[in-house]
Amino acid sequence: MQQPTAPSVQDPGVRQASAADGSQIAVLTGAWDIRALESRARTLQALLRKLASDPGRQWDLSPIQRLDHIGALLIWQAWGKRRPTQLAIAQAHEVFFSNLDSKAAAPPAAPPDYLRLVRALGAATLLAVEHLRGIIQLVGQILIDSFVLVRHPLRGPWREISASVFRVGTQALGITALVGFLIGVVLSYLSAEQLKAFGANIFIINLLGMGIIRELGPVIAAVLVAGRSGSAITAQLGVMRVTEELDALSVMGIPHTVRLILPKIVALALAMPLLILWTSGIALIGGAIAANAQLGISVHSFFIGLPGAVPTVNLWLAMGKGVVFGALIALVACHFGLRVQPNTESLGIGTTNSVVSSITAVIVADAVFAVIFSDVGISFS
Amino acid sequence: MNPVIEVAGLWTQFGDHIVHKDLNLTVMPGEVVSLVGGSGSGKTTLMRQILGLEQPSRGTVKVFGIPLQGSSAELVHKIRKRWGVLFQEGALYSALSVFDNIALPLRELRAFDEDFISDMVMLKLDMVDIERRHAAKMPSDLSGGMIKRIALARALVLEPELVFLDEPTAGLDPDRSESFVKLIRSLHETLNLTVVMVTHDLDTLVSLSDKIAVLAEQKLIVYGSLGEAIAVKHPFILNFFLGERGLRALSAVNGLDHLRLNNGN
Repeated sequence: MQQPTAPSVQDPGVRQASAADGSQIAVLTGAWDIRALESRARTLQALLRKLASDPGRQWDLSPIQRLDHIGALLIWQAWGKRRPTQLAIAQAHEVFFSNLDSKAAAPPAAPPDYLRLVRALGAATLLAVEHLRGIIQLVGQILIDSFVLVRHPLRGPWREISASVFRVGTQALGITALVGFLIGVVLSYLSAEQLKAFGANIFIINLLGMGIIRELGPVIAAVLVAGRSGSAITAQLGVMRVTEELDALSVMGIPHTVRLILPKIVALALAMPLLILWTSGIALIGGAIAANAQLGISVHSFFIGLPGAVPTVNLWLAMGKGVVFGALIALVACHFGLRVQPNTESLGIGTTNSVVSSITAVIVADAVFAVIFSDVGISFS
Repeated sequence: MNPVIEVAGLWTQFGDHIVHKDLNLTVMPGEVVSLVGGSGSGKTTLMRQILGLEQPSRGTVKVFGIPLQGSSAELVHKIRKRWGVLFQEGALYSALSVFDNIALPLRELRAFDEDFISDMVMLKLDMVDIERRHAAKMPSDLSGGMIKRIALARALVLEPELVFLDEPTAGLDPDRSESFVKLIRSLHETLNLTVVMVTHDLDTLVSLSDKIAVLAEQKLIVYGSLGEAIAVKHPFILNFFLGERGLRALSAVNGLDHLRLNNGN
């Protein structure tokens, strides 16, 4: 077996001797390679520095058994990066030092940047403008593609759309149902405690019906889809950028807005309202079950009372929100996916930004909806 | 001298598909061994098994006399510090700058100060002929040739005794690959490295290798010098070495001229 330090090779060592003329000699022995130095570098470095502080000292490196660049550099640094005047070295080891001799000085450090904050602000502003431009361009391109599609409907990416609907819609049914149900139960339980105090038990139907159908259902479904499908879309497009698949599509003359982005936007705009209906429905079931347990309102009477408590227009409003949220999520995710640079770090940053931005966009859009439709479907006649 | 790499009775099987069947390979210190073979003959798989990235179905792989399978994690870790690997695409960490890529293995040792590491990185950059001003760049800003050189610098930074090169000259222009071959040869001479490489490039193969291992029909059909490899009558060898491209590369080598007369037509 060949071991890092076979018996014949000794540990690195420094011996001090006196020459005939009375000057001091430092004799280096043993193996000065990375395997031997790994554990002793710091002590040997300190020792060598101390010895090298005497400029008249002679150095004898010829007894060294093994040398590599690590050992040579360690000795070289102790010398102050130049050869001592009195040096003996084995011919075979000369090469390691000649590599060091030819070294030019390290490049100078960059001067301090006093305008860093101003620069950062400017860069952030430009980045925001760039994002805005990118999204507007993307929307414009998609509108143009849509017109082409309307004129040649057979050329549409129908298979891609259907596959995307399955991926973002059907496969999200489980998680949205679970989260919706739990939110319904928790909301119902908390409200029931308060309503009981006022003896207003029956208003649980209004509270849950309005809250879930109009607000919570759409927002919860959208946040889940943004985290689930938004990140997947960004990562997919990003990886396609890294592997040059996007460029391959471009050179084949297949516009990636038609094949990749349009299907995702259409699919999310289609699937999102349906997912919202599903989430709200399950959340209401959860709420009704909890109301039954807390307040003794039977599930049957809960759902009988629901249409009276919540005007139907709220359902349409929720569906409308779904279309807008879905398209927004897909648009933001695709925008960030296309911006990914061909390296792994950019992919991670892009995916994070995509999810954060799409959730923010959904909440902002929800607030806009709340303002615009503030007197629709709330007042009771 | 003890062999650096010992592969004995190695089988690789993916389902019903047998890639290697009872394969043996021994590499001695200081040798430059080239693995050649057609696409799908399992060159890269064999190299990955020697590196411990994949497990063979049967058989043993010993590196520096230590079996990779069944040894303690500590022992295997010691081996990993004694070899360097140049991956086909360089595999530079894209989140780190050139400097940090090369410094990473040194920093992991926790034995040297930053000043030492900085000098060492600069020395390695000099060795692979990369200007120092590139040290702060990110891998995505570099050309393919520079990525290969920097990846080689990273592979060499721990002064390995054994170096693996996966397609070292693939994707480089002829001028660059020529200088890359020269670089590897000079490093081999000065540092007395053992080199194992996978290559399709005949010029690289002819100018660097001491020994050639030809993988075909699930085993090594030849393992020997270039002359010995060419002497074997096997369809792969005839196509690979004695085809038009092969002869052109071989014509640069003295003493093999008779082959042209025998097999050229």
